[in-house]
Amino acid sequence: MSEVLLEVKNVKKYFAVSDGPFFSKKKKHVKAVDDVSFQIKRGETVGIVGESGCGKSTLARLINRLITPTSGAVRFKGRALTGLSPKEIRTERQHIQMIFQNPYASLDPRKKIEALIMEPLVIHNIGTKKERRKKVDEMLEIVGLSAYHGDRYPHEFSGGQRQRINIARALVLNPELIICDEPVSALDVSIQAQVINLLKDLQTEFHLTYLFIAHDLDVVRFISDRIMVMYLGKVVETGTCEEVYRTPQHPYTRALLSSVPLKSPFEERERIFLQGDVPSPIDPPSGCHFHERCPFAVEQCKTAAPVLSEYIAEHQVSCHLAGQI
Amino acid sequence: MENQEPLLQVEDLAVSFTSSSGTVKAVNGVSFTLHHGETIGIVGESGSGKSVTATSILRLLPPRTSSIDGGRIVFEGENLVALPPGRMRRIRGNDISMIFQDPMTSLNPVFTIGNQLVEAIRLHQQVTKKEAVKRAVEMLRLVGIPEPERRIRQYPHEFSGGMRQRAMIAIALSCHPKLLIADEPTTALDVTVQAQILRLMKELQNKLKMAIILITHDLGVVWENCDKVIVMYAGSVVETTSVNKLYVNPLHPYTWGLLDSQVQAAGDKQAKLTPIPGTPPDLRNEIAGCPFAERCGYAKEVCFEEKPELTEVEAQHHVACHFQTAASRLERNEVLI
Repeated sequence: MSEVLLEVKNVKKYFAVSDGPFFSKKKKHVKAVDDVSFQIKRGETVGIVGESGCGKSTLARLINRLITPTSGAVRFKGRALTGLSPKEIRTERQHIQMIFQNPYASLDPRKKIEALIMEPLVIHNIGTKKERRKKVDEMLEIVGLSAYHGDRYPHEFSGGQRQRINIARALVLNPELIICDEPVSALDVSIQAQVINLLKDLQTEFHLTYLFIAHDLDVVRFISDRIMVMYLGKVVETGTCEEVYRTPQHPYTRALLSSVPLKSPFEERERIFLQGDVPSPIDPPSGCHFHERCPFAVEQCKTAAPVLSEYIAEHQVSCHLAGQI
Repeated sequence: MENQEPLLQVEDLAVSFTSSSGTVKAVNGVSFTLHHGETIGIVGESGSGKSVTATSILRLLPPRTSSIDGGRIVFEGENLVALPPGRMRRIRGNDISMIFQDPMTSLNPVFTIGNQLVEAIRLHQQVTKKEAVKRAVEMLRLVGIPEPERRIRQYPHEFSGGMRQRAMIAIALSCHPKLLIADEPTTALDVTVQAQILRLMKELQNKLKMAIILITHDLGVVWENCDKVIVMYAGSVVETTSVNKLYVNPLHPYTWGLLDSQVQAAGDKQAKLTPIPGTPPDLRNEIAGCPFAERCGYAKEVCFEEKPELTEVEAQHHVACHFQTAASRLERNEVLI
């Protein structure tokens, strides 16, 4: 298979929070990302799913070093990003771009579209003014807008169009990896389909690699080759999309898949209803973080934390009961 | 159920908003009927007027910038549009209740959950404070909040998103309304929590025998929870029928587009989705013909000139399209996947 583009190894990110009264010095930690490892090969799309607070967005920010990991290593094309100086990391970011969830908040309302798309080129000092202009026009065409749109402000565009502008901005530096953090969740279904198609087209045209974060399981399944399911900062199951969706092994993945809204009024599906909410990541439950909500939990789950291990080829699960449920 | 007097009848409702940049006809001739114990879903994209329709039933629209320009909202024989504010206030929360999308912004952060529940109960029922607190605890238990005696003294920020929505439901149902309007009640929640909340709403509906208007943009939520469905586009109803009929035999081209844009389960790597081209129209401009004409693959000249009426094309199946009538049908194009 093709080369490994991104390698994430034992990455942890703990955020310190004060425990107790307002001025208390006592510190506790939110384990937002807790020992996550994975690889992305060139040209692949890897999907990350999980509920709010599972650490999927933190993971995205760790990869392009918007935040620094507490420990662990991120390697891009074999080069470690974790030890780089801020200046060096900025150069690397040319190759790792990001598309954010909220197309209303991620564009500066006082800048024209042309300036917004040109900004990455200016920052990285690429091309002359004329070349930049040309590039911007080109990008606008690529994402399905027209060159004259460059002269407008963000408020003149609808959500779907703004997301196209965001895509143009991410693409203008010819990156190799694009991290999409919930790129379509703020959009209406008919528009969502437009943007997903665009992302797919661009992937083939520019040989892009995607890390695709979403909470919509159908969207992730549609676009990804491989998928990682996260729960409370840990990867609980990972494998090819086919495998994980067809034969989910972790009880959490099963519950997640069974909760997806029905495809038709005639569909009968057995639902796994989880008890309660996701526990606080400050004091996660002992043993397997999921045991309190797990309908299959046994005594062992309360004390020993399971490790992510191979269930079958290309399918890893972090559950004591993998294969037995 | 059919020969029963309907609980709610909305007839030809029209709502507009005025702003410095012009008048927006947000709702343009919406009609539907709702019977006791029934669930009706209103689906549509942002700006289609689904929330405005629901808020106007409760007359909660901002009085200075909006106006109900026409139509009637008949609830148990009373026209809500013409009701004086005092009488309306007694219906609100008592007979008709509403839950909103974002439970964080719809709960008051400086009062405890208990305060807010007791307020709702005491506003509408002649009970002592002690009795109201007792009922509040019962309500929280009913919506599945563990340790309600302790939770009742907590503030909204101490609740998680799912718990807040449960608390909202408890407040909305504290006076046993006959009609509950749920405006995207699960959009802000995770899927596993969404499943919990929708199941809870169904259970409570059976227990308390109320009707529900469920506003959503997710057809999956409609399939599972509704009896009837209204599809709205740009302020107008384009299709309305039972949920099963809409799935088996959708007739309006917009409904087709909506169904086709759904992400299908089959994960073929080469597969493409079928979006509806373009974007919804700007409602500040007068639309002469069918509001969907510009994005419709079947539109002909007449569609741009004349607005189609919502007509009964088949039994219990209303569609607003020039080419989908009792006499003639459109051939639905093969979707290219």
